[in-house]
Amino acid sequence: MILKELSEAFGPSGNERPVRQILRQALEGHVDRMWVDALGNLHTEKQGTGEDRLRVLVTAHMDEIGLMVVGHDDDGTLKVRAIGGIDPRVLPGAQVLVGPDRLPGVIGLKPVHLLKEGEADKVATIDQLRVDIGAKGKEEAKNLAPVGAVVVFATRFRELGPTVMGKSFDDRVGCAVLVELLRGERFPHDLHAVFTVQEEVGLRGARVAAYAACPDCGFALEGTIADDLPKEKDVSPTTELGKGPAITVMDRTFIAHRGLNRLLVETAEELGIPCQFKQPGIGGTDSGAVHLAREGVPCATVAVPCRYIHSPASLLSLADFENTVRLMREALNRLRREHVGSSF
Amino acid sequence: METIPLLRELSETPGLAGHEGPIRDLVRRLWSPLVDELREDGLGSLIGTKQGTGPEPRPRLMLAVHMDEIGLRVTGIEKGFLRVTRLGGTDRRVLPGAAVVVHGKKDLPGVVGMRPPHVVPKEQRKKPVPWEELFVDVGLSEEEIRRWVRVGDPISFDRELVELKNGLVAGKALDNRASVAALTLALEELSRTQHAWDVVAVATVQEEVGLYGAATSAYGVKPDLAVAVDVTFGRQPGVSADDSFPLGEGPTISVGPNFHPQVVGRLKAAAEAHEIPYHIEPTPGRSGTDAWAIQVAREGVPTGLISIPLRYMHQPVETVAVKDVERAARLLAAFAAGLEASFRPQWEE
Repeated sequence: MILKELSEAFGPSGNERPVRQILRQALEGHVDRMWVDALGNLHTEKQGTGEDRLRVLVTAHMDEIGLMVVGHDDDGTLKVRAIGGIDPRVLPGAQVLVGPDRLPGVIGLKPVHLLKEGEADKVATIDQLRVDIGAKGKEEAKNLAPVGAVVVFATRFRELGPTVMGKSFDDRVGCAVLVELLRGERFPHDLHAVFTVQEEVGLRGARVAAYAACPDCGFALEGTIADDLPKEKDVSPTTELGKGPAITVMDRTFIAHRGLNRLLVETAEELGIPCQFKQPGIGGTDSGAVHLAREGVPCATVAVPCRYIHSPASLLSLADFENTVRLMREALNRLRREHVGSSF
Repeated sequence: METIPLLRELSETPGLAGHEGPIRDLVRRLWSPLVDELREDGLGSLIGTKQGTGPEPRPRLMLAVHMDEIGLRVTGIEKGFLRVTRLGGTDRRVLPGAAVVVHGKKDLPGVVGMRPPHVVPKEQRKKPVPWEELFVDVGLSEEEIRRWVRVGDPISFDRELVELKNGLVAGKALDNRASVAALTLALEELSRTQHAWDVVAVATVQEEVGLYGAATSAYGVKPDLAVAVDVTFGRQPGVSADDSFPLGEGPTISVGPNFHPQVVGRLKAAAEAHEIPYHIEPTPGRSGTDAWAIQVAREGVPTGLISIPLRYMHQPVETVAVKDVERAARLLAAFAAGLEASFRPQWEE
């Protein structure tokens, strides 16, 4: 499963090379052109059958959240800061990999036995936490993990039956969906697929990729938040596992194009593919950058619901993954110029 | 035996307090070639006796290490998620995102989940996630979960042991599998060394919930002298030097009311004779280890305690120095071999 390989790959924002290498290998022979741009985006082009002349951009981001080493303590531990959005509550107790040599490290807390009154109720902020790689002192720590070295969670991919568990499904699952699409038959129109960089630090890769692609419309493929745990005031599942691909109406970065969303929903309804709307207002994706490229691009975002994204281990439904691939493949086959017009 | 593979197997094998089956099977396999007789007591502690060479009736030295570990326990099944509580002194601050295994009718891997921070108000994010908002997610439908899982089932951390720099290893349950490894290595060394006393190795159960296995096994073994091996706070960020001991500088030997001065004296002498580095650990009261229960078994037992410094106690990244485990093993073996047939601890007036 390509998702396993992608999930376990090391690639925080700005350091996406290992992910790019896996993708290049996976796509060799399945696309007509492949190149890397100035920021590190992996562009691919799959020519269409010629039935239609639309230029379609599909993106999925390669980068993941992580940590960066910013200093060293005398005891040999590493000071770090977040790359992208990390809730510090998920860091204690984590195993991590540090720097180009992927040194194993751990993030621990003061033992619960030694906490003073009130301390147990506090969350350690990232600047208070330390990564321990076993270095004996500051000098050794500096040599092994210099300032700027990056850190990711060390999490093995696991199959749980109908679901799978692993790190960085945001957005390696989007990458995996895009790989499936590119490995399949040609679409009616030319497909410009880009595996983008630096989404987690501000949709940086998608912005330049969309400029270069100059598309008629864009789709971002994502792993999005599912909030379907039991809770007291049950108003927000955001999305739910097992209920199919999640279509964004509006999030913090863009309003989805109604024509494209109609195409997605009608395709799903006609073919009996389950799908759901992501509850509006939460999160953001590469569409936030792509829809503002040049004079504006009609965009939609389709995502596989994932529980516990931005934590050491997230969880997704394989049926949702398959249904996302199917929905996107069928929708792209049906996509025509009328869907991207402004009559909606 | 190679120390790191031994530590890896001991650390990665589950054995929650009251549910020690898998770890007991492993310890039985490790110890059976090293002892003359192996039995289990009523609570499930494993007791291995290695006969000494002294004249009968031979005195008995009890060497105790607890083999249980902390974890979680299922308290409810809701919407396909498991509600959980702590089993032993589990630190809820390290739970979100942790991989676990639910030990139901079959083992189900899963993860501890919490609500996405994106949707949780900022004020709430400033506090550790409360128990009522932590769930174990095994990624199955509620129907499937109910086939395999019952309220009360134990849950262990799913963690591979990793090697850090400078001979440190990190993983789950090194409290107290590091000491189980040390006692195993000590038994191996004793099989090559003469010892006058009977050596009774005990892997105790249910230490983490109240030293229960130590109490019953000490009654059963009826030792003339006992030494427990456990872990102590290792020097780490955020912990004062007064409360902790450096990793890689040897085990500690505890002093205080829990410990008989002659046992302490002999442990120190054995360390010095064999050039094993150690620190003295002051323990003004309750040691919180099996030694506390063993000391008051039957009519009382002269007791000692060796501890291996460990960072991040009760978190799934517990870290020890491999060398300290080996030194604790050598110290145990040297101490046991040095007990002459006629020696009995006494109070010097």
